[in-house]
Amino acid sequence: MIAVALWSVAALLALAPAGVVLSTRPRGSIILYGGCLIATSTLCVTALSALLYSPQLAPSAILPIGLPWLGAHFRLDALSAFFLVVVNLGGVAASLFAIGYGQHEDSPGRVLPFYPAYLAAMNVVVLANDAFSFLVAWEFMSLTSWAMVVSHHRDAENVRAGYVYLLMASFGTLALLLAFGLLASNAGYDFDAIRASHPSAALTGTVVILVLLGAGSKAGLVPLHAWLPLAHPAAPSHVSGLMSGVMTKVAVYGFVRIVFDLVPEPVWWWSMVVLLVGGPTATLGVLYALMQRDIKRVLAYSTIENIGIIFTGLGLALAFKAEGLDWVAALAFTAAMMHVFNHALFKSLLFFGAGAVLGATGERDMEKLGGLIHRMPKTAFVMLVGCVAISALPPFNGFVSEWLIFQAILLSPQLPSWGLKLVIPAVGGLLALAAAFAAACFVKLFGISFLGRPRSDVAASAHETDRFSLTAMFALAAFCLIAGILPGLFIDALAPVSKDMVGNIMPHQVGLQWLTIVPIAESRSSYNGLLVFLFVALCGTAAASAIHRLASDRLRRAPAWDCGYPDANPAIQYSASSFSQPIRRVFGSVVFGAREIGEMPPPSSPLPARLQVELHDRIWDWLYAPIARAIGFATERINILQFLSIRRYLTLVFVALVVLLLVVAL
Amino acid sequence: MSSLQFDIAHLLAGSLVLASFMMLYQDRLYALLNVYALHAGVLALSVAWQAYVQQAPHLYITALIALAFKAIIIPVALHRIIKRLGIHREIENVIGVGLTMMAGIGLVALSMVVMLRVTPGADALAREDLAFALSVVLLGLLIMVTRRNAVSQVVGFMSLENGLVLAATGAKGMPLVVEISVAFSVLIAFIVIGIFLFRIRERFDSVDVQALDRFRGERR
Amino acid sequence: MNGLRDILSQGAQMSLVLGLAPLLTGFVRKVKARLLRRRGPPLLQPYRDLVRLMRKDVVLADNASWLFRVIPYLMFAGTWVAASLVPTFGNGLLFSWTADLIAITALLGSARFFQALAGMDVGTAFGGIGSSREVMIASLAEPAMLITAFSVAMIAGSTQLPTVAEFMGSDAVGLRVSLGMAFVALTIVALAENARIPVDNPATHLELTMVHEAMVLEYSGRHLALIDLSSQLKLLLYVSLIACVFLPWGTATADASVARLALGTLVYFGKLTVLGFLLAVFETAIAKMRVFRIPEFLGAALMLALLATLLRFVSGSL
Repeated sequence: MIAVALWSVAALLALAPAGVVLSTRPRGSIILYGGCLIATSTLCVTALSALLYSPQLAPSAILPIGLPWLGAHFRLDALSAFFLVVVNLGGVAASLFAIGYGQHEDSPGRVLPFYPAYLAAMNVVVLANDAFSFLVAWEFMSLTSWAMVVSHHRDAENVRAGYVYLLMASFGTLALLLAFGLLASNAGYDFDAIRASHPSAALTGTVVILVLLGAGSKAGLVPLHAWLPLAHPAAPSHVSGLMSGVMTKVAVYGFVRIVFDLVPEPVWWWSMVVLLVGGPTATLGVLYALMQRDIKRVLAYSTIENIGIIFTGLGLALAFKAEGLDWVAALAFTAAMMHVFNHALFKSLLFFGAGAVLGATGERDMEKLGGLIHRMPKTAFVMLVGCVAISALPPFNGFVSEWLIFQAILLSPQLPSWGLKLVIPAVGGLLALAAAFAAACFVKLFGISFLGRPRSDVAASAHETDRFSLTAMFALAAFCLIAGILPGLFIDALAPVSKDMVGNIMPHQVGLQWLTIVPIAESRSSYNGLLVFLFVALCGTAAASAIHRLASDRLRRAPAWDCGYPDANPAIQYSASSFSQPIRRVFGSVVFGAREIGEMPPPSSPLPARLQVELHDRIWDWLYAPIARAIGFATERINILQFLSIRRYLTLVFVALVVLLLVVAL
Repeated sequence: MSSLQFDIAHLLAGSLVLASFMMLYQDRLYALLNVYALHAGVLALSVAWQAYVQQAPHLYITALIALAFKAIIIPVALHRIIKRLGIHREIENVIGVGLTMMAGIGLVALSMVVMLRVTPGADALAREDLAFALSVVLLGLLIMVTRRNAVSQVVGFMSLENGLVLAATGAKGMPLVVEISVAFSVLIAFIVIGIFLFRIRERFDSVDVQALDRFRGERR
Repeated sequence: MNGLRDILSQGAQMSLVLGLAPLLTGFVRKVKARLLRRRGPPLLQPYRDLVRLMRKDVVLADNASWLFRVIPYLMFAGTWVAASLVPTFGNGLLFSWTADLIAITALLGSARFFQALAGMDVGTAFGGIGSSREVMIASLAEPAMLITAFSVAMIAGSTQLPTVAEFMGSDAVGLRVSLGMAFVALTIVALAENARIPVDNPATHLELTMVHEAMVLEYSGRHLALIDLSSQLKLLLYVSLIACVFLPWGTATADASVARLALGTLVYFGKLTVLGFLLAVFETAIAKMRVFRIPEFLGAALMLALLATLLRFVSGSL
């Protein structure tokens, strides 16, 4: 089984150099994306069968590459299998979408060679069973995605995005390198050896913090998120979908693998740290998203929100695991994994939709879109599904995972630690806020870009996207619905993962009456997405047919009423910025230091009145800017070292040598 | 103590915290005074209930003092002062209501943790009373810190004192003499502050304490 | 036999809420009018309005999309399903475990999501203003509702409404200050969600002060009727919710005798009358707030709910 997986990865790697050749051919991109589609579907099926039929098997393999005394270890246990499914489901969808979408690419040579390599790297990270291959694949994943972020390098903003991304990725890898270094200090690089070792409590604590920094910077935890909203939108849309939907999940995988699997029993304060980072990440991420007007940037910020939700779930799981309540830990962990899967689905879907809009209009700015539901009805439909799903509304999948997390929060008074007792309700409040903001944010995204009247000529003359892209999006939308109405299947499939990671599983769900999900006991809580969906559908159709038959089904068209003041100019509509103005006014002044500066010319003056809005990213201002200034200051001081004479350089080397010898001698 | 007795005591003490929150939320002077009167009324009820539960008749006197002075005389007097000063307009908070409330929640959480942690052996009612009382004290301080108007600062101070009384009755130990002297000191403080209010107004045409800061040459 | 009975009582519940919703609105209007010493419309006026609207043609704006025509049905169906999941006359009905309190909140959230979209579909300025304010209100009201649900769930040890109602009716629940806070928070949320007076005015058509009415400005005929009906259902839902959590007495269990169920229905009518009367008195006594005072009002509800949860977390372990 693992052989099939490794061969498919090898096939992806082989496609990378082929991409260089294929990029010059007219239909080369179709062949390449088709190849990726086959390879990723093979991987997806393999991983799925491993997860469903033989989760306890955990086959492993050692290849004679990498470090000569170590080799490259691979292992396919339940956790790896689950994340392989997520990665490759995203990969399949993205490749299918790209068969159509990739033809818009101006310079395919800058994307095609890196795309399969990027997919391969993510797969290897998930499969790796030693620190060396893990880190190499991790770095390879960062570099290939960086190459695609700067593929449209003529845009100055993309170059800046690439620069920030590269910096943050290096920082993350450094943190992970240190973490593995500490873990390997008394065991070696092999994961099996690390698992068997017994490091001290101080050491594991440091490792957890380092992993939170390393994996968290890749996943986009606040305050390490600064690169994400710059880099994710800059890449071509199918790659954006992969980066947001899948690569952040690989980062989550890294965190789970190390914190839940490699290091021994957790301590309660780890969960405190994770929760204190996760909750604010969720709320801040979506508040930032609300303030944006670029579709892809809204989606990137919303990724930060969802990562916050996932980490909150993981934090809860850690807390319960540390206190020995492993049946609740299983609930929280399963909820987090469920959200990993769900977010991969709907975020890929939404990025693909944004890509379709971008391909049809050339615009990412919502203020220039509008009315696309008439010009692109199918894209609009799937985008609507995606928006409802990500806003955590029933009967779609986003709701199920948040509901499970809420159920875990409600069990937290059982925790003995006072700190957690106070932090967890606050985090629950933050999650509730985040859910409500997410709904506002996606009303705005869909309402401004797809509803109303077109705000520019390109939006008025948009056309529906191609068949491949639509197939990919419809498939993802269908998955969103299925996961929403039959969550029991997914919870049961996750049982072996939770068994491995937290030592217990949630109650068996499939086979309960009407496919309800019952996380703890039926008297406590239950939810049945299928019945909710059926009831709403039935009531809606019944009402429609009854009214049409019994009362009236006549309809005529007329100009809009608008309280008697209709205006033909589309600029009269609410824009993206004006839509979020009330929320900006309520929360913005605290969170963003938002200020509105109105300029009203005197009555006789012909000058137009102006309204300017200032937003500050406080984390950037308070954390990154001082660091950048400090580095700038230091480099300027050190700069003189570049202009010394040979003799002085030799003196420096000599002094350094003597000092080192002295240190050794003493 | 039966569970109903406990429940009522808990309910009254909790309502005191709630009333403190209502004071934080109010931004009009008259409304603030009314809520303060309510605060004192709840305190009187709470003390009276403790008197009944603990069968300590001297606590009835405390309750009576609270009712007479704090719930009736002082609010009425402050009403008059406000009328004479002509300042029945909105209070300017130093920071917004939302932030103040959040800070308030944080303070309640803090006092809960501190009190429940240091008193594991005491009985449940005393523990909760102490925790609530500390919250009321902290919230009173918060009101004083976040308001600029001298009258609302006075009200903040009075509510703080209410918290102290709650703590004292919950702890079953304050002698009557101390209680009476505290009540009188509060009354004297009130009179002194009242006189000061008029003096401040005479000088600066305002009871906004920022005027004092400006006079001292300080800047915000 | 038993199954048939279960289905019948569930069906009775669904038709009861549907039939009663306009009456409750009519009752509140009537009481408000009487308090203002007006005669007011007859109690049954909402039914007549609905019938009249249903019969009329729909006049659809030129650029309205298919979504605009589907949304009234979605909203109606979502609200109706949510309303029939709240226990009214009887507890523990056949499908009452389909969705718990959190899911009911989210179901109402779905209805509102679509309503806000409907406001933006035609591309008018008023629709936008309504939607944008609605999401601002919702962004505070929904968390407040969820956290209230948390605190209630923690007291009762369950998010299932039948279990909560049963627990609240039993002796196990004492006088809890967090319960009082949750009640105040839930009331504020209910006022905001139903566009009642301090937040929005259900009777006004003054352009700049309205929120809910601005969103549905372009609707007419049967679509408008459905939207009106779903807001009436929502009012009924919140009133029943408050009744079921905070006035749990007299509710029958699903397997009780017919006479017991009839008694439960009578008691339920009584609760609706009392709460509807209180709502009317409250609305008459208070003035509408400026739009940007609403966040403070709702923020207070949010904080109260959070405080209630916090107290519950702490004192639950005493």
